[in-house]
Amino acid sequence: MQEQLSILPQILIDGLIIGFLYAIVALGYTMVYGVLEFINFAHSEIFMFGAFAGFEVLMLLERMNLLKTLPEFVSLVLTVLMAMVAAAAIGWTVERVAYRPLRGAPRLVPLISAIGVSFFLQDFARVIWTAARGNFHQAVPAIYTGAWNIGPVQIPQRAVIIMVAGIIMMYGLIWFVNKTKVGKAMRAVAQDRPTAGLMGINVDRIISLTFVVGGALGGAAGALFAVRYTSVNPYVGFILGMKAFTAAVFGGIGNLGGAVLGGLLLGIFEALGSAYLGPLTNDVLKGAEYKDIFAFLILILVLVFKPSGLLGQTTSEKV
Amino acid sequence: MKALFRPIGAALSQALAWFTARLQNEQTALPTAAAFVAISVVILVLLPSSGLAILLSLAAVFAATNARVKPHYKWLLAAIPLVGALPYAGTQNPSLAPLMVQMFIYIALALGLNLVVGFAGLLDLGYIAFFAGGAYVYAIFASNQAAKFLPWFAEHAPQGFGGWWFWVALPLALAVAALLGLALGLPVLRMRGDYLAIVTLGFGEVIQVISRNLDHPINITGGAPGIAPINPPSIGPISLGSSTAIYYLGLLFTVLVGIAMVRLEQSRMGRAWAAMREDDIAAKAMGVPLVKMKLLAFATGASFSGAMGMLFAVKQQFINPDTFGFMESIGILAMIILGGLGSIRGVIVGAAAVTLLRFQFLRDISDYFANWGLPPAIDVTKYQPLLFGLILIIMMIYKQEGLVPATRPTVDIAALEDPKPSATGKGASVAR
Repeated sequence: MQEQLSILPQILIDGLIIGFLYAIVALGYTMVYGVLEFINFAHSEIFMFGAFAGFEVLMLLERMNLLKTLPEFVSLVLTVLMAMVAAAAIGWTVERVAYRPLRGAPRLVPLISAIGVSFFLQDFARVIWTAARGNFHQAVPAIYTGAWNIGPVQIPQRAVIIMVAGIIMMYGLIWFVNKTKVGKAMRAVAQDRPTAGLMGINVDRIISLTFVVGGALGGAAGALFAVRYTSVNPYVGFILGMKAFTAAVFGGIGNLGGAVLGGLLLGIFEALGSAYLGPLTNDVLKGAEYKDIFAFLILILVLVFKPSGLLGQTTSEKV
Repeated sequence: MKALFRPIGAALSQALAWFTARLQNEQTALPTAAAFVAISVVILVLLPSSGLAILLSLAAVFAATNARVKPHYKWLLAAIPLVGALPYAGTQNPSLAPLMVQMFIYIALALGLNLVVGFAGLLDLGYIAFFAGGAYVYAIFASNQAAKFLPWFAEHAPQGFGGWWFWVALPLALAVAALLGLALGLPVLRMRGDYLAIVTLGFGEVIQVISRNLDHPINITGGAPGIAPINPPSIGPISLGSSTAIYYLGLLFTVLVGIAMVRLEQSRMGRAWAAMREDDIAAKAMGVPLVKMKLLAFATGASFSGAMGMLFAVKQQFINPDTFGFMESIGILAMIILGGLGSIRGVIVGAAAVTLLRFQFLRDISDYFANWGLPPAIDVTKYQPLLFGLILIIMMIYKQEGLVPATRPTVDIAALEDPKPSATGKGASVAR
């Protein structure tokens, strides 16, 4: 028991780190949902493309021998920014090609199209990187390899990067949505699309912008993921995307603060679950194997008992 | 380039129009369909390993069943390739019978998923989970797997039950799959489309994770390596293990599922599902018990999937958790979207087309490219997910109602008032 408790701080830290990743991806889901009331299934693959973009930038830096000469911070910022640009471009294209022609169609239609996009992008990445590099599993050049030790707890530098970046992005987004003029337009479109159009807001452009910002967030999360875990493959987005969606629902979908809260809580629950399920059941069930199920259980419980989420408002369905 | 293709396209579409017109004309329908079936059968028998010959004979079946001829002629014409020529060609071409069984399985699965998505309007992305349930119910007790966790089996039947177990397991698989369907349906009752999609997706993953990890503490599912070999079914002393026997079993199952679908669509239940799909609030106001109907849709659809899972286990003689991945669920969704959501004929066409594409034509193309010396990394047979994704996107953007859109039976009032007996027409397609 003593031994189990002594690893608790480390577990909480690890959960918090993965929680920040969930939170950043969840922000992308929740933004698009807030504006279009539609789950962007392809968001998880945009995240994955962000991870690959980050990987390519780091490979390029390494080949130009800049990775050792440049300060690590510059490499990191370059990586994240380029991944954001690439992912934003993909987000914009996806909306333009696969969602915009279907606006106003029955609910199932854009949903199925989104699933198609997600599947297409996943396999497309596999094809590209198999053709270009011979294998779609790639190791990412490592930066920020150090760690700090505080008592028994080890905090890798990469983990701190994710937390700091997560906080910056969250506050940046909340500022953008609540304080800027474009953000105001976005909220207007979310609230009532036809009326927003009548007030002189270019609805199509705002929706495009939503996907660009959401995509950029997904891309940043992807690049951070690549830096943190130093390996990428086309399937990293699928499970992580599902968990991030769970986080968004958990916190209350459509609510930015809720997405972050949901992500952090989900990360911590998951870390606790996978660490303590084994000891609690006398090693009959191994926590690590059932780790991916916790998120799903939480999703079911939330949807059954509090579908509006922790911070969401209950909305009555329009008839 | 365009100038070259346009006349060819025009000629093709004109030929097709001429052909359909002949099939719809009562005088010419029977000879035309019979000639088509005869030609396709001859070609298939001469070229049993050609994918195009298989496609042609399936097209003949489709043409015959849609021709304006008496029902018993339809059945007879369709039976010639399905019961005679294809199994015969299967004895010449060893990959044909498994391909056809796979196609039957996919047709029945697509019909089952169509019940949930097309009839009832509930988007289910974890449909393969029920399939896995049925497969495991049969496989665990028809192999040496049961002996690994039940001492009784180790003592009395170390190699599992014999072929008779198939017939006992069939109702059991239906029940297990239906129960799984209810287990999934209960928590998602109140959810709308998008949430339902993601929860069912998660459910599919959970079933896969569980089947992969349930080899400890007690070894029930065989874990990641799976279960092999699985005993073939039998009738009394006659074993149904040959690929031809499994072919006929698959044909029988699929025809039964098809008949059940046609009956269900027009039943009280089917009409309630349609009402629920179009507008659940209005349906509720009209007295449709939504909860019961949703659960029934999940359970019925799931039970079809479970039965086909058993057939799959019989066909492969081997199952493992990787067989039941998300890609399969999406593949089946792509089939029903391609054919036409809610359209039974369309779904059959879509499932047959996608199966042929996946297992025959992609391989043909890949062989073709390999002769050209393309690097093996660009293996076209692996492009299935890409294909499914493209099918979903393109169909949603350009043809939401699918290749063979659903029709609703309409009553021709003029014909009712006119005492002269004439066929009740099928109404215009209903896009959704």
